[in-house]
Amino acid sequence: MSEAEIKNLEEQFEAKIAADEKIEPKDWMPEKYRKTHIRQISQHAHSEIVGMLPEGNWITRAPSLRRKVALLAKVQDEAGHGLYLYSACETLGISREQMYEDLHSGKAKYSSIFNYPTLTWADIGAIGWLVDGAAIINQVPLCNTSFGPYARAMVRVCKEESFHQRQGYEIMLSLCNGTEEQKQMAQDALDRWWWPSLMMLGPTDAASTHTEQSMKWKLKRKTNDELRQQFVDQTVPQADILGLTIPDPELKWNEETGHYDFGEIDWDEFWQVVKGHGPMNKKRLEDRKNAWENGAWVREAATAYARKQNDRKSKSA
Amino acid sequence: MKPIKELNPTFLTQEENKEHLINYLLETADNYLILGQRLGELCGHGPNLEPDIAITNISLDLLGQVRSFYQYIAQLKANQTTEDDIAFLRKEREYKNVLLVEQPNTDFGYVIVRQYFFDVYNRMFLNALQQSADETLRSLAFKGIKEAAYHERFSGDWLKRLGDGTEESHHRVQQAVDDLWIYTDELFHSTASSKAMMEAGVAPDMLQLREYYYEKVEQLLETATLKVPEVEYFQKGGKKGMHSEYMGRILAEMQYMQRTYPNSRW
Repeated sequence: MSEAEIKNLEEQFEAKIAADEKIEPKDWMPEKYRKTHIRQISQHAHSEIVGMLPEGNWITRAPSLRRKVALLAKVQDEAGHGLYLYSACETLGISREQMYEDLHSGKAKYSSIFNYPTLTWADIGAIGWLVDGAAIINQVPLCNTSFGPYARAMVRVCKEESFHQRQGYEIMLSLCNGTEEQKQMAQDALDRWWWPSLMMLGPTDAASTHTEQSMKWKLKRKTNDELRQQFVDQTVPQADILGLTIPDPELKWNEETGHYDFGEIDWDEFWQVVKGHGPMNKKRLEDRKNAWENGAWVREAATAYARKQNDRKSKSA
Repeated sequence: MKPIKELNPTFLTQEENKEHLINYLLETADNYLILGQRLGELCGHGPNLEPDIAITNISLDLLGQVRSFYQYIAQLKANQTTEDDIAFLRKEREYKNVLLVEQPNTDFGYVIVRQYFFDVYNRMFLNALQQSADETLRSLAFKGIKEAAYHERFSGDWLKRLGDGTEESHHRVQQAVDDLWIYTDELFHSTASSKAMMEAGVAPDMLQLREYYYEKVEQLLETATLKVPEVEYFQKGGKKGMHSEYMGRILAEMQYMQRTYPNSRW
């Protein structure tokens, strides 16, 4: 292709994005756009399936049948989200196997929040309330993102996430209306999940390397700091209803700005976990790798069987 | 479907009959509970996303059935007992599930074989139960039969893939068949309660279906290029509350919250 032709394609591409039209897998796109989307969508898909592990940790110990069924269904939804996100990503020319390999080698990332352990049942409530709450704030704008398959997957994901968030909040509400021990369990979970949830919305704008380009492609509509503020403003009144205290002595309502002011995030901890040294990084990756490696013979069997069936069909035809 | 015979309206007013019915419901639903619990252990650890989702689905179906059965028991007891009391607050010897369902998730082959052995039974059972003299059981059977048919298709398809897949999968799944075969016979054992329910037309006579069960299972094993094990002795005991050593650990995990925080609402 000549330089002029490429330039022409680039212009058409930019015009489409500016007009809020969707980019579809067969459309021409700049290599950087493709790569950025593979990075983000696969990271998102990995977050869904690694995210199954901390919650899956409580399926066998859920305190009632109703909660057990709801938790199973929730974790299953996450597997479903993983499935459609992997499929969306595959349209960009990368295989699911390759994405798994990148996850297992540490090349691809997933949301750091899942590198924290789920220590009590209340963590299941806190994750639904806070982690899914922060995820929704991150994800709702993606329903209008420029890449068609991603935007469509996100519409489904967001619907289910908001159901999960209500479910998590309802677990917290039951605990807070329960015995003293249950209330303490809920407060302890909030104490442990609050700061990691704020960190979920990403580094500060000053330290965020991808923000500018992502805003241009509508992969992002608001900056990390704006989203974080939105999360705090939305969550504080919910904690009040529960009668729980947010573990931040600097948290207070600011009349002037119309927002809550809050304390400084421990960015050393953030980078420690992002770089792979959080409390559960090693275990989460090990679990994923084990599931994949122990399942190799099963996948091979399915492939071999399908091939035999095909051979039989073509012979009898 | 129409009931085989009408239930005498005074049947459940007699304590002894009610007791038998409750036991019979436990014999059925405890299988769903323990198998659902075992499958729940696998969530997030499947060989790929699709079977992971399917296995979670089966677990969800089984636990859904458990809730309906235990709610029915709670209603019969009419003494403030809840579905959770029944699920979580019995002692090990009071659970009446068969030994098959408590066997561990040794590998995906064991998971599939355990499931298939149970699914074929469960589908035949629910099919027959649709003619129960008890109206609640009829409707529970009607609700469960479609799910059970799907479960059997899933596990049967995988059994064929694993048996007739690679050399490795063939060996692995044959091992699972050999190890789990000895637990199949117990599915058809009757108890004092199941006999009483059979006489009243509430329970189907599963012994009559035993031959058909083995015919069906053996046929699929053959299609899957697997050998039917020849065994002299089968294992039993679960229906009488004599379980394997696995059971205590399953319960320790499952009952943990209810035992640690008694009298709490969740």
